[in-house]
Formats: sequence, C-alpha cells, structure tokens
Amino acid sequence: MSPSDGTAMPAGAEHAASAPRRRRTWRRALRRPPAVVGAVVVFLFLLMALAAPWLATGDPIRTNWSQIRKAPTVAHLFGTDDLGRDVYSRVVWGARTSMQAGVFSILLAIAVGVPTGLVAGYYRRTVDQVIMRLTDAWLSFPFLILAIGLVTILGPSLTNATVAIGMAATPTYIRLTRGLVLGTVQEDYVQSARALGGGDARMMLRHILPNIFSALLVQATVSIPSAIIAEAILSFLGLGVQPPTPSWGTMLNTAQQFLETAPWMAWWPGLAIFCLALSFNLAGDGLRDFLDPKDY
Amino acid sequence: MLDFLARRIAISTVTFLLITLIVFTGVRMIPGDPARVLAGTDADEAGLQEIRVKYGLTDPIPVQYLRWLTLALQGDLGESIRTREPVVKTVAMKLPITMQLAAFALVIAIGIAIPAGIFSAIRRNTVWDLLANAVSLCGVSIPSFWLGIMLILFLSVRLHVLPASGFVSFLDDPLGNLQRMIMPAFVLGAALAAVLMRQTRNSMIEVLSANYIRTAYSKGLAERVVVFRHALRNGLIPIVTILGLQMGTLMGGAVVTEQIFVVPGFGRLIVEAVFTRDYPLVQGVVLITASAYVLINLLVDVSYSLMNPRIRVKGSADES
Repeated sequence: MSPSDGTAMPAGAEHAASAPRRRRTWRRALRRPPAVVGAVVVFLFLLMALAAPWLATGDPIRTNWSQIRKAPTVAHLFGTDDLGRDVYSRVVWGARTSMQAGVFSILLAIAVGVPTGLVAGYYRRTVDQVIMRLTDAWLSFPFLILAIGLVTILGPSLTNATVAIGMAATPTYIRLTRGLVLGTVQEDYVQSARALGGGDARMMLRHILPNIFSALLVQATVSIPSAIIAEAILSFLGLGVQPPTPSWGTMLNTAQQFLETAPWMAWWPGLAIFCLALSFNLAGDGLRDFLDPKDY
Repeated sequence: MLDFLARRIAISTVTFLLITLIVFTGVRMIPGDPARVLAGTDADEAGLQEIRVKYGLTDPIPVQYLRWLTLALQGDLGESIRTREPVVKTVAMKLPITMQLAAFALVIAIGIAIPAGIFSAIRRNTVWDLLANAVSLCGVSIPSFWLGIMLILFLSVRLHVLPASGFVSFLDDPLGNLQRMIMPAFVLGAALAAVLMRQTRNSMIEVLSANYIRTAYSKGLAERVVVFRHALRNGLIPIVTILGLQMGTLMGGAVVTEQIFVVPGFGRLIVEAVFTRDYPLVQGVVLITASAYVLINLLVDVSYSLMNPRIRVKGSADES
C-alpha cells in the first residue's frame, strides 16, 4: 500500500523498510499474469496514441480514388476503405481519439464526482440528502440514453461526446465516494485527527481522500473501457466524432455498408476497441485484487 | 412493511420529479429559439410571436414547467415536430418491438448466465471456472455493435443462415420474426449475460461458504440438493436487484442493436429523433425511459423486500 495508508510509522523506519517492501510489491504484482498483460497492452495502446504520426504508414485522411476498398496487402496492411484511405493508419490514429475520449471523460467525472461525494458523505444531513436525491435522478437515465440526450443539446463532436460521457459517468463517482467517506469517517485515525483540531478541508483532503484513493483508482480503471466503448457507440451512431477524423466507431459505421465487398474494414477497428477494453478490464481486475488488503 | 413501502414510494416520487426537472431544463438548454423550430425557417417575426403566445413560451419558466408536467402526467407529451403525431402514440407504436427484443435478450442472458455462474461457483478455481470467467470478461469488453457486425458478416454474408436485418411482425410471420430477432437478441443479451454471470458466481460463492451450507453438507446431503434447494434460493436474491439495475443497460443497448439490425423499435426512434432535431420526441423518449427505469427498480425493491424479510425490518435497502 502507499505510505499514506494511515499506519503511523517513524520516518526513518519507513525509509529503511521501503526497499524490500517495494520488491515484495513487485512480486505480488507479477503473480497475476493476466493483469500484467492487460497493463502492458494498455500501455502499448497509449504509446500508439501518442506516436500515431510516426506509426501510421500513410495519411489517415487523404483519399485515393485508385485504391478504393483494396484487400490487405503489404502496402496496406489492413486494406483500404471506401475512399481509398489506409485502414491501418486510420486504426492507429483512432487510438488517439479513443484514448482521449476514454481518459478525459473519466477525469471529468472524477473531478466533479469525487468532491461532490466527499461533501455529501462528510457533512451528511441536508446537503447529503439534496445531493443524493439528485444523483439518484441522474442515475435513472440509462447511461447511453443520457449521453445521447446530452449530445443532442451540445451538438455532435469529439469534445462534446467526451463531456457527455463524463457527465453521464459522474453520479457513479458521487455514490462511490460518498459510500467510502461514510466508512472512513468512523475510523479512529480520522476521529483522532479531528480531536487534534483538524479543519474540515484538512480532514477531507489529508485524512479521508488518501484512504479512499485506491478504490477510486480501481473504479477509474474499469470505467475507462466503458467510456471508450461509449465514445465508439456515439461515433458509430454519428453523434460523436465527425468525418473525416479517424475514430473506430465511425470506421465501423462505414464498414457496415461494405460487409459483402470489404469485410476487412470491419475487422480491425472493432478488434482494436475489444483489445483495449479487455486490457483495461484485465488490469482493473488485477488492481482490485492487488489493492485489496484481505489479500495479504 | 407499510412503513418501508411508503418510504420507498416517496423516494421514487422525488426521483421522478427531479427527472422531469432535468429533462425540462435540458430541453430549455438546447441552443436556438423553440418558436423558430416549431414554425420552420420561413416564419416572420409576427408568426414567431404568435407561436410563442400559442405555446405559452412567453410565460415565466416555472409556469411553463408546471404546465408541461401536468400535461405529461396526463399522458400528453406534445407532438413530434416532424410527423405532427402525438409523442405518446409514436412511442407506443414502437415499444412492443423493443419489448420483444428485450424479453428475448433477457431470456438468452438468464439462460446463459445463471447456469454458468452457478457452475463456476461450485467448481471454483477449476479450468471451467477460469474459462467461464474469461468468456464473461470478453463479454463485458466486446463492443456490442461490433459483435453484431461480426455476426452479420459470418451468419448472413458468409453462411447465409440468417437474414442480416429487418423486421417482420410475429403475427404476420412467426418464423420470419424469430429468424430476424435471434441475432439482435443475442447481441443485446450477451453483454447482460456477462455481467449477470459474474454476479451469480460471486453471490453463490458467498452463500456456499455460509454455515448452514456446511451443515447441510455434513448431514450427508447430496451436492445437487444442497446447491439447488439450499443455496440457490438465497444466492439468487441479489441477482434480482442486479437485473433491475441492468434494465438501463438493456434500454441503452437496444438503441445500438436496433441501429445495426435495422429493427424499427424504440431505440431507432430516439436516434432518428436526434438527427431530425425532433426535440419533443427526444424529450418524450428520454423521459419515458428514465421513468420506466425508476418504476422497474421500485417494483424490484418492493418484491425484494417481500422475498427477504431482513430488508423489511432494517428499512430501506439504499439506506447506508
């Protein structure tokens, strides 16, 4: 666990213990091969998103009328699409779109949801009641329908799809944070910090937040894949990323019209979403087990 | 019991009122003048003013909200801008199709997930358990629309076993209806099955480690009897709640599935409405979906408390 897990330990002793402890942590991590593989693949996708300009073999947007719907060859590893664009390059650039939408939407959800949940769980009473009833109402809208509704208001684009997904994911974080805070506030170390005269802000930021951090991290790892799939769905429906920007969802939308003549157009973008989402889920599952103190 | 019921209904009512408030505010936040949307692009200022007065758009916002809410509670959600048909009528026409799809999906999901979850829990940490877990993790990660496209590619385009898309009414052509429904229902059910299987497994593992189960085993009862008579009954209770909460996923999933398989249901309706900027229709569909979700979960909670007396005594299930 992190050094801030509330176990009081003299500074010197903690330093001396940190090297073997780190080694033990590594060993524990490596005992879960699927999680490690998941984390590595997520990292590779992240690299792909960052290094897209160098990894792509062609311009993902330039059309080429002499290369329309060509089956995979050495020149075009994944074939070409209905406008003669290189599918491989578009898949590589699509990673950028997906990562952007997945990560930023969840960051938004955390930025709004965690402070709100902290306040609700810490102050309780009326504030809590108001926040939780609103959260319940917000949660009653099916995730995708809410995202579609929000995109209708905001207008279709990558940024707006990201905002919509983030807003749709926020109540989960409010609920989770509030629940965790309720459990933490009763702990002795929080109570004693309070007895020593800690102010509300200090209590929340220094004593409660660090202790619920790992649970929030696990939730983030499993909600990013959902957000990535949600972006793909919105783009697939035409409500997210607009052409010609490469996105796995829009690519699949076009691919569906050419299933008989160019099935390769449908394989790769979908496979990419699947691999990325699966890796995030594997990593998230591993992280959950890893951070679970019962596991020691 | 009555106390619990009253509390639960009160909370649902508050939630419902907040939903209407959110939907109303959301529609007000759409950029542009609603009068212009209603009047069309060629209306002049006098025509716009006339429409504003006719639809009460000049009244204060709270008055507009109350009027809208009163009408909505009476089942009047306005007219579709495009077809001029009442929203409620349009939705009512599409709803049976989606209900059939959802029901099939539910049957498929439960049919796969519950037996697999129970089996995984009994044979915990065996190859079968691992395999079932792997399949369920893939099920959560696979984008449903890609699964749909791949099924069309293999079963319709390559093997010509099933028609790729479309819809015929069950009453007109039962076999044709089933042939066209099986793929969408499977796609919609697969994601649900993945979630459900994990929950069943976890819940069964917890129940199987209870003392009374050990007692049952030590009495010398057969495993079959212990699992199905003693454990299953308690193990399935949380699954009912999960099913209720997953209804939202099912409704959202229907949007995508209907789009891929060209099923003319509720989900296709909302996408069409968004594209044609048919705001009253979008508003109506969103409101109906959210209200249905609240109602379903209210029913689930009430039935849950009937099944499980502990909840009744302790109070509301969401009191934590």
